[in-house]
Parts: sequence; structure tokens; C-alpha cells
Amino acid sequence: MSIIIDNDTKLVVSGLTGREGSFHGLRNKAYGTQLVAGVTPGKGGQDVEGTPIYDTIKESVEEAGANTSMIFVPAKFAAAAINEAIDSGVDTVIAITEGIPVMDMLPTYWKAKEKGVRLIGPNCPGVLSPGKANVGIIPAQFFDQGRIGVVSKSGTLTYQIGNELKQAGEGNSTIVGIGGDPIIGSDFIDILTLFDADPDTDLIVMVGEIGGDAEERAAEFIAAEISKPVVAYIAGFTAPPGKQMGHAGAIISGSSGTAKAKQEALEAKGVRVGESPTEAAQIAVETLRAL
Amino acid sequence: MDLLEYQGKELFARHGLPVPKGVHASTVDAAVAASETLGYPVAVKAQVLIGGRGKAGGIKIAKDGTEAHEYAGEIIGMDIVGPHGEGPFKVHELWVEAGSEIESEFYASVILDRSAKKLMVMLSRMGGMDVEAIAASDPEALVKQHVDPLAGLGETEAKEIVAQAKIPEEAAGQVASVLVKLVEVAQAEDATLIEVNPLIVNADGEVVLLDAKVTIDGNALFRHPELEELPEGADQDPQEAMAKERGLTYVSLDGNIGILGNGAGLCMSTLDVVAQAGGRPANFLDAGGGSKAEAIIDALEVITSNPEVTAILFNIFGGITRCDEVARGIIEATNKIGLELPLVVRLDGTNSEEGLALLAEAGLDNLHHEATMLGAAKKVVELAGN
Ligand SMILES: Nc1ncnc2c1ncn2[C@@H]1O[C@H](COP(=O)(O)OP(=O)(O)O)[C@@H](O)[C@H]1O
Ligand SMILES: [Mg+2]
Repeated sequence: MSIIIDNDTKLVVSGLTGREGSFHGLRNKAYGTQLVAGVTPGKGGQDVEGTPIYDTIKESVEEAGANTSMIFVPAKFAAAAINEAIDSGVDTVIAITEGIPVMDMLPTYWKAKEKGVRLIGPNCPGVLSPGKANVGIIPAQFFDQGRIGVVSKSGTLTYQIGNELKQAGEGNSTIVGIGGDPIIGSDFIDILTLFDADPDTDLIVMVGEIGGDAEERAAEFIAAEISKPVVAYIAGFTAPPGKQMGHAGAIISGSSGTAKAKQEALEAKGVRVGESPTEAAQIAVETLRAL
Repeated sequence: MDLLEYQGKELFARHGLPVPKGVHASTVDAAVAASETLGYPVAVKAQVLIGGRGKAGGIKIAKDGTEAHEYAGEIIGMDIVGPHGEGPFKVHELWVEAGSEIESEFYASVILDRSAKKLMVMLSRMGGMDVEAIAASDPEALVKQHVDPLAGLGETEAKEIVAQAKIPEEAAGQVASVLVKLVEVAQAEDATLIEVNPLIVNADGEVVLLDAKVTIDGNALFRHPELEELPEGADQDPQEAMAKERGLTYVSLDGNIGILGNGAGLCMSTLDVVAQAGGRPANFLDAGGGSKAEAIIDALEVITSNPEVTAILFNIFGGITRCDEVARGIIEATNKIGLELPLVVRLDGTNSEEGLALLAEAGLDNLHHEATMLGAAKKVVELAGN
């Protein structure tokens, strides 16, 4: 098992005819993901290297059996594409696009909630279940199949940690990039819940960063609800207040959203926090082997 | 993107919100001329991107031309430090506006509540002071109410907030319509923060927005070309300005170790491990997927334009980005700009072996390769000195 995506994932990519969308969509297919369709309005009937293109996501659900949508549409139109996906009948929407306005994401977030559709991202690297399926831009070669679940706000930092786990001989059930925007579809809490219920996950690594209070809320939630061990890493101890550190959501406002506060909140609930990505990976490996 | 007070007030005025009449001025003479047309008293207000200007002496009420001249002269060029030690911010511009006779001061704001995934309206009858101070001194005096993300804020709900905040009867109706409009402004203008402190009642019983602190979502500027073209707060950091021009994500810090990483999270983490190794990072610079020589030349030029920098660390974990391309970029950039400062490179991930071979072949004297992130951090700290 794994979470969110697996061998039964039937992927439709909005933006498959674009440069980025085709590059990554076809990479996902080469990895073994069932890529069943692409969507570009007005290009229905065409194909991208054998994958049929439809005008709407709904058609791809009805005709190609798509159950998971990936959004690779420019920021200006991305929220509309996510909304279309939510209404199409797929059960999971993974939005890679960076730079979607927050005011667009607010109603979209609530729409997904209301319809019971799982939204991952936006501004995320996607989801990888090693050996099963890859949806997004995560480079699969740095991750082996194994029993550690990873949930992260950051892409490259996840590759760093995944690679250290791999070098230590451990692998992952699923890696979930939840994204670095202020408003994202699924938070740490949502993904922790899925990992806790997944029989193939024994330990969870959570990678956070400055901004917002998702890590603090996760700390409370872990103490109350999660039975598996969680190891954390937080980036941004040296970040100054008021400055956006790359990700739209990575900003300390006044005195809230600091890395220190997040670390303290997690440690207060018994979650070990690594000082560096390397140390976090080491703690994860040690903890896993002691289980 | 943060707006200066006057830019925020111009935005309010466009949406029909009541703000004092005012004029923008960047010289003493222009400020005096503005005061004469407005009529006395006038408020002479420093335009910097930080609150607490009043306490810092950046806001003065002039009752005649002599005072206007005197105060404008004092305020232009002064350094303002924020309430939490932010800055200093040098004053280059003034906003001169009609002076109000203040009967009462309230606090009103609309912010994006990231936890609740909704906009939140806050209102208090205790204005003029820091919102954190209001919350601390009398939590019940600060009324907070979430806005339905689909319906917006209606007049009835606004009136309930006003009643709960115990805004006096005479001003209640006006304050309620201000709240409704502020939520509309947030939605229409993609503002993730609007703070009006103080929101006043003047001697004529009129409600007026006397201050404006507005943050616009940078990702939404494509919808607001008029905001995108606004002049920057003039006191911008030179490296940040240069980076912005070149489309780089750069934040200035006050150390001596220049840093480039790929990906925001990895880059933040790099700053942290350098600090743990006893070093002081000079900047955050996320190269993103930019591995091409031009991007690396741009980045190195920005980093080295900071005279404080004594050593540089490149921390690259190639995912989609290929390390051999990055290595080529580093070699070309180093040669092109004649970089002499020590450069520590950690190159891992896709095609890292090819990349490292290229670096070794190039035989650059100032280039040091380290296999791990922690090793690279230690090395750069050692080379940077203090
Ligand atoms: N137009 C004005 N007329 C009269 N008093 C003013 C005016 N503008 C500001 N003030 C006074 O100065 C104080 C500080 O101004 P404000 O614009 O809130 O700046 P800051 O929050 O940066 O100190 C206000 O609380 C108010 O008492
Ligand atoms: Mg104020």
C-alpha cells in the first residue's frame, strides 16, 4: 500500500500539450504511472505520444476512466482548472502550478472540501509512491521503496532528505509535497492521518518551514491522534521577519511563524526535530530500526 | 508587496472609502506648497514601510507655513526604526494631508487567516495603539470575525461586529459600511492584509480612515498593472533591487557568506546549517531551476556586489536540474566575472559525477568541492573568516 497514488491511479494531465506539462507528464508515464489522458480546451481529439487529449477533464473521466488529475496550467488559469477538476468526478487533484493568487485559492479550497475531493498543492512537487506511481516533478531516482512516509512543504529539501534515507538503506512508502503557498489543499494533518492508517508506513518524516502555524497545529494533532513515530525538520531559523523566503507562504509575520516556535511546539509534544536534513534523516533511520 | 500609506489611501479612495485629502511630496518646498493648498492644520507624514511612525517622530501636525517648513525639513532624511526594531528606514517621501480633529480612534483590519483559510475582520474601539497591545490589555475589546469565502461580508454581519466591538451608536452605521468596503477591497485588489489604525471619528462626526497599511499578493499583480507600476519604497537594499531586476529570488541578510541554493526550502536550510557551523549568511538566493550560465552569472554578480561578502557557498541538489549543466554554468560564470573570492561547491543529485569531473578539469584555484551539505557549510565558514 501507499497513500494518494498507486498502481490504480489513472492520471489525466491538464496542460499535457504544454512544454512543462508534456515533459513531466511523459516522465510520470515512463516511471510506470498509468497516464490515461491529457486535457487542453480546443485540442480534443489530438494525442501526445499516444495519450489522447480531451477538451475537458470530465470527458477524460467518462471516456478514459481518469481518477486523478494533475494541474500543469499557468498560474492565471490554474484555479479555474482546479475547479474544473473538482467538478469532473476525479477523487484526487494534484496542482503543481506555482504563483496562483491567494484570493483564487480561497474559494477553490472550500469547493474541494465541500465536494470531498482531495487537493494536493498548489506550488508543490507532487506525490511519489516508489515502485508504483509518480505524479508531479519529484525525481524518482533519489527514493527507494520502503516504510517511511514523507510529507513536506519543500521540493529540493525533500530530495535531499530522501536521498540521505536511501543512502542509509531505507526507503519510502509515499512522498507527498504539500506545497509552499499560504493556502494549500492538504495540510500536514491531512497527510499524517493518511500515513497513520497506511499499513505500509511505519514512520513519518515531516518537513516544515517558516510561516503560518501548520507545524504547530500538526504538533497538537500528532500528540492527540497519531500512533506512529514522527520525525521533523524545520527550515528557516535564520530567516528575518517580514521577508518572503522564496515560497509565497514562507514569511514570518511580526513574531509568528518562526522556525523556533515550530521546533518548540513539536518537541513539546515529543516529536524529535533534526538540526539539519542530515540529522533528521539519521534520527528517522535510527527510530525506524529500533521499532 | 507592501504599499506605502499614501498608496494605500489612494487605493481606498478609488473604492469610495473616506480618507483625508492629501498630496505627495519629496522636498520641503513641495511639502510647504502642498500645505498651503490644503489649508492648516496639516499632518506631515513620513512615508516608510513600517508602522509606529508617530511615536518615532515621523508624523507632525503643522498649524502654519513656518511649522510645515520646519517639520518637513526634520522628517525628510530621518531614520525610522520600527516597533520591533525593524529598519532603520530612511525617509525620502512625505504625504501631507488635511489635519483631522480626532474625537475617537478605532482599529479595523482585514487579514488572510491562513489557519482558517478565510479572510478575518478585526475591529476594536481602542485604536491608535498596536493591535498586539490591544489584544494583550483587553482581549474582549478586539472583535474577530471570519468572512464566508463565497458570500463575502454582508451589511448585517458587519453591524453585528460593530455592535460587539461597542462602537458608539453615532458612528456605528458608518463603521459597518467601512468594514463591508474593506472586505471588498481585499477581494478586488488581492490584498492579504489591510490595517486601518486609527479609524477615527472627527469633530463633525464623520468616520475617516487616517492610516493605511496594505499588503498586496505578489502573485496577483498581473491583475493590477496600476499597482505593479507603483514606485518602490525608495530605501530598497541595493542587492535586493539588483536581484529583482534580474528576476532572482534574493533576500539580504547581514553576514559575510554569500549563498546560492536551488529550491526555497533547501536554500533556507543552507542558511541554517551555515549559521550552525558558526558562520553568518549574507543572503538567501534561490536559483530555482536556473542552471544555465547566464543565471549563475547573474546570481554571482548580485552576491559579489555586496562588499561584505568574503566567501560563497553553492549548495545544489539536482533533481530536474542537471549537475553537469550547473558545473558548466559555474565555470563560465567564474571565468567571466573573474571571481577571486573562495567558492565552496556542493553538487549532488542528477549527473553529479559528470558535474564534479567538469569542475575538477577546470582547475579553478578558488573553487573547493565538498561532498555533503554539512561539510560544505564548515568549509565555507573556515574560508570566510570573520
Ligand atoms: N491627518 C491627520 N490628522 C490628525 N492627526 C493625524 C493625522 N494622521 C495621523 N495623525 C495622528 O498621528 C498618529 C499616527 O499616525 P498613523 O498614520 O497612524 O502612523 P503610525 O501608525 O505609523 O504611527 C495617529 O494615531 C493620529 O493620532
Ligand atoms: Mg497607524
